[in-house]
Formats: sequence, C-alpha cells, structure tokens
Amino acid sequence: MDLRYSDTDEKFRSELRAWLADAVPGHGDPPPTHDWPSRRAYDTGWQRKLFDAGYAGINWPKAYGGREATLTEQLVYYEEIARARAPYIGVNFVGMLHGGPTLITEGNDLQKSSHVPRILKGEEVWCQGFSEPAAGSDLANVQSRAVRDGDVYRVSGHKIWTSFAQVADYCELLVRTDPNAPKHRGISWLIMPMDLPGIDIRPLPTLMGEGEFSEVFLEDVPIPVENRVGDENDGWRVTNVTLRFERGTAFASEMYQLQQFLAQLVGVAKRVTRHDAAAWDDRALRREVGHLQAELDALWAMVKLSVSETAKTGMPGIGASAIKLFYTELYQRVCELGMRVLGRAALAREDVGDLPSREVLYRALQSLSLTIAAGTSQIQRNIISERILGLPREPR
Amino acid sequence: MDFRVTEDQQALQEGIRTFCEGRVAIEQLRELEGSGGFDADLWKELAEMGVFGLRLPESAGGVGLGNAEAVLVFEELGRALVPGPVVWSHLAAGLVDGAADGSTVVGGLDLCDAASGPHLVEHLDRLDALLVLRADRVSRIDPKSLHGKPVDPPLDPLTPVHALVVIPEGETIGDAALSERLRLEGAALAAGSLLGIAEQSQALATAYAKQREQFDRVIGSFQAVKHILADCVVRQEAARAAVYAAGATLDDPGVGDVERAVRGAKLVAGEAAWKNARASIQVHGGMGYTWEVAVHYYLKRAWVLESVFGSVEEHADALAERLASAA
Repeated sequence: MDLRYSDTDEKFRSELRAWLADAVPGHGDPPPTHDWPSRRAYDTGWQRKLFDAGYAGINWPKAYGGREATLTEQLVYYEEIARARAPYIGVNFVGMLHGGPTLITEGNDLQKSSHVPRILKGEEVWCQGFSEPAAGSDLANVQSRAVRDGDVYRVSGHKIWTSFAQVADYCELLVRTDPNAPKHRGISWLIMPMDLPGIDIRPLPTLMGEGEFSEVFLEDVPIPVENRVGDENDGWRVTNVTLRFERGTAFASEMYQLQQFLAQLVGVAKRVTRHDAAAWDDRALRREVGHLQAELDALWAMVKLSVSETAKTGMPGIGASAIKLFYTELYQRVCELGMRVLGRAALAREDVGDLPSREVLYRALQSLSLTIAAGTSQIQRNIISERILGLPREPR
Repeated sequence: MDFRVTEDQQALQEGIRTFCEGRVAIEQLRELEGSGGFDADLWKELAEMGVFGLRLPESAGGVGLGNAEAVLVFEELGRALVPGPVVWSHLAAGLVDGAADGSTVVGGLDLCDAASGPHLVEHLDRLDALLVLRADRVSRIDPKSLHGKPVDPPLDPLTPVHALVVIPEGETIGDAALSERLRLEGAALAAGSLLGIAEQSQALATAYAKQREQFDRVIGSFQAVKHILADCVVRQEAARAAVYAAGATLDDPGVGDVERAVRGAKLVAGEAAWKNARASIQVHGGMGYTWEVAVHYYLKRAWVLESVFGSVEEHADALAERLASAA
C-alpha cells in the first residue's frame, strides 16, 4: 500500500513538467469549435510536438515508436498533462486510443507499417464507425452489409455517432459479413479510407449545437479486402480488443483535471455576490464542494489502485466499470455545481464579465454524453452486477 | 508506487477475518445483545492478536505496524461488527497503561466538534479509563467518577450508551497536537470499519438476491435490484481506495495531504456504509425490516461510527475550507 512515486517516476515528472511549461503556451489557444480544418491542424500539430519530444504514445510499445512508459509513469504523465492544461487529444482520439492500438495487436505487417507510425506523428486522423441507429448499447446488432466482390467488400449501411468523420482519413468500420450467422459471429472489422466513392458525411449536431459527430451513409463503398483486420467474421473479438483500450487509463487526465476545475469554481464562488454575500458564504454550496472533493480524491485513489493491479498482473482490474460509472456521474455533479455558481451567467456560453461561462457550459453540456458513450451507466451497472457480483445475465 | 495490499498485509487481514468469522459470528453477537455488547474474553483475545497494540513499537510490546495495516484490521472488525470500544483502546495504546494488552479497557469521547450535551458515552459500564478529545487537549477521566444515566434502549443493541450532562475536566495527558493526531487516526480507523460495514451490507444483500424468488425468478435477475447492488459496489470500491489512501498517507505524509486524505476517507466510507446498509435492508424487503435478519445491525453500527471523529458534514465543510484557502 505504497503511494510514493519512485525516483525514476519523479525524474520523468520533472522533465515532462519542464517541457510542458514551454510547449503548452507555445501551442496557443484552441481554434473555435466549429472550425474543423483549424481544429485538425491544432490537434495534430500538438500530437507532432509530443512525438518529437518523445511523449507520443505514452503507453504504446517502443517497437511502434511509443514511449512504453511504465504504468506509474503513465499516471505521472496524465497528472502533468492535466496540471499544465495541455491540449486535449482531440481529433487524434480514435487513432491513438482505438485504431492504432487495435492494429498493433491485431493488424498484419502491412497494416501496421502503413498506419501506426502516421497515427503516432499526427499525420493520419481516424474516425469511429461502430454505432448504427439499431446498434447502440447492443453494438453487435450492426447491420451495415459487406458483400465480397473479388478483391473488395462492397459496403452499404448507415453509421451514426461517427466521431471526427469530417476531418478523418480513415474509419474503423464494423460491418456484417455473414447475415446468417448469430449476430456476434458475422461481423468484420475494416479500415475504410474516407476518400472512397459512396461515402456521404452529414454532420449530426448534438445538444451543444455542433460537435464531433456525424452520420455516415455508405452506398456500395468498395473497401479492399486487404483492409480487413483479423479474420472474416471475427470482428466482434477484434472490437472487444478495441474497446478495451478505451477503458483503462484513457480518461485519467480528465479525471485529474476535474480537481482543478472544482478549485476554479471555488474561486468563482468567492468573487460573485448573491443575496448581499459572496456565493461562497452559502454553506450548502461549500458542503457540496467538500463532498465532491472527497469523492474526486477517492476516484483518483481508485485509479491508482487499478493501475497498481494492472502493473503487476498485466490485466486491467475488474474495477474499470466501477471507475467509469463513478467518474462520469461525479463529473456531471461537478458541472451542475458550476452552473449553480454561475447563476444567470450560465445563460451564456461565452465568458461574461470575468466569469468562465464558456468553460463551465462547455463541460456541463458535454458531460451529458459521458454517461451514455462508451457503455451507458445502465450497461456499466449490468456489467458490475453480472461480472463482479455474479447475478443473472441480461439477454445478449 | 504500488498501491496494492501487500502479501503480508493480506495475510494479516485474512487472519483477523478468519478469527472474526469463528469467534464473532452473528449468532455470537446476538448472545452479546443481552449482556451489553461486551465480552471480556473476546477483548483478551483481540489484545493477544495485537489489535490494540498494532501500531505500538515492538520495543514497547506492540506489533510495530502502521496505519495502512490498522485500517485493514479495522475493516475486518467492521465487517464482523466486533463490539466494544475497539477504536479508542487502539488509540490509547502507549498512552494508557494496559490498553495494548487489553487489561485496561479504554473508551473515549470526542468533544472536538463542541456539540452541546447531553453527551452519550459508549460502553461506560465496562470502561477502566475514558479518553476525552477536546480541540486544545486530551484528558483522561476515571469512569467510576462519572454518573451517567443508562439509555434503554440504545440505537445499536451492541453499543450501550450512558447520557452525561457534564463532562469533568479530568487529567490532561496531551496537548492540541496530540488531540488532532488521535482524531485523525481515529477517523481513519473508523473509516476502515465503515468500509467493512459497506462491504458486508452489500454481500448480504447480494446473497439474498441470488436465492430469494418472486415471479418465478430470483430477484437478483431484475435490473431494478441489480442496479442497486452495482451502486453498492461502486460506493464500496470508492471507499476502499480512499481508506487505503488515508492509511498510506498517514504512514508517509510526503505522498499527500494527510488531513485531506483522512477527512475524505471518513466522509466517503461513512456515506458508503449507511447507504449500502440502507440498500441492503431494501433488497431484503420485508425481512430486512425484521430484527431477525441481521442487516439492521450494520445500519445501526454505521450510524454509531458516522457520529464520531467527524460526521460527513463536518468533513465536507473542512475540506471546502482547505480548498478555498488554497485557491
């Protein structure tokens, strides 16, 4: 039960902190959220800087250009990235956290050499083509049909919640290659170049008004058979490899950053006036802040415990679902507190006066997606009650 | 950093758990209900196992372990609802002669929150010494000099209490710094026991949900029930991480802010304990409302432990103050 980072970890921390102290201000402010070409340039530019400094792919194997940092160094990395308010992974998310790691694990040599180094350097952007209108929580119900035609699959279907489709070069695509097999056994995992004919991208505005999602309509899109990752009809297993990378420590920086966000809200509460007193004089508000801080600290301790288990056993702990559920619901509570602190300034999505309405509202609205994406809170509760407690399973 | 429980720590915890399962099973607890929740023989056995002298140096006759080990031991005492002033006697080891070896049963009263009386003293009849924590000092009082009114019935059938209107000054045995240290350590130990209560409440409810049938199905197959239990797991795992972090930080203050870690752990574990116990009663349905089914003991003990070394509200307020003064 040792929480002390090693000297090696601390040396890594001080080097990284020194680098971030120059690199983060040097990268400038992020572009407007609707300006996708600029966002791609900003996010991939940051990825390139990480790569040049030796910090790209912190958890990727050295053989693929990654840092292959120990798990405790990764935690240090996420703490420092959060502390420095470094640019978010942004458009690199799918490539760095889904596509790249999946290719490293499941791809053939050609697939690896054509994509992995380019993803790592920020030269290639990926999007996610998993969900469909009828395949949400029940992801294995994908209906997009892939029919073999010589050297290509001809794919037709309708994808939804496709992140970063507007700026992506490639799409990780789940398709049905055998409509007669049981639903988990007829799926294949394909790399779809986004410049193929037959791809129609329609932005899907979220409740934030814009966002990273699109609907993607596929009509007879010819995807080379050599772009299949894993065997035909073995895509569900590959998909589970992909989704495993999304859990683990992928959101560690965001978790750590919530502590800073809470402290920032305290600063706001001290300078706004409500009922002839500072908002901070409201004891109920202070009590909620203290409560949230205790829970955020508990969350970070859970991450440390989970990382320690993974470091020794090589297996992510069974607690990943508990962490995801706890984190996302906690995030929403912190954001609601932020809205209450702002009062009527929360009617604005740009800063008003000296109040950070832009950030608070951005987080508050975006946080509504967290309990839905990557396994809804209800699915997480099913997983916990079935895999941890051994209660009877839901239909699949 | 390796935050996992070490093999030695695991062996210690399992040893205490095995002892409790054999010696403080629920049937044995029920028997103690009639005799004020205290068993002198059990007390000696706990002392022999090193429960009270756990953190006392070996040179002073203790086991020489730290707070990390102590929270694991108290997790087991909580899980088994071991009755008696176990936290106070553990804190008194090294301060009150005979506390570590069990020959002096030490209870305590935490007056740091300056609450108005009457003050409820636990297990007063069985105490040989009473420690009183005030914000500026620690004092020791001879329980024989106290004339409290026994409360019948108490909330927790295994935690008898006496009501006292005035608490005498007693003999000062320590300063504000000692009082603060004992209160933090006490909060961490109580948090350990609250974690054990949270876990056992969940375990009882899960076991019941797997065998109780309604509508021709076990009730644990209904999502409405499964999700209650999943939430219990989340609370218990958050509490576990927080409590272990509090123990580790007390032992090595360089890794964090001791007060923040301990206050956070007491808050999260306190809430996990009473929420899980309440959920457990709900999952047990009508049976959960009976005296016969044991879950009510867990809820009641959770309230006993929640009320000492700082409530959820006190710790939340203090954490907020610290955050504000740093911001």
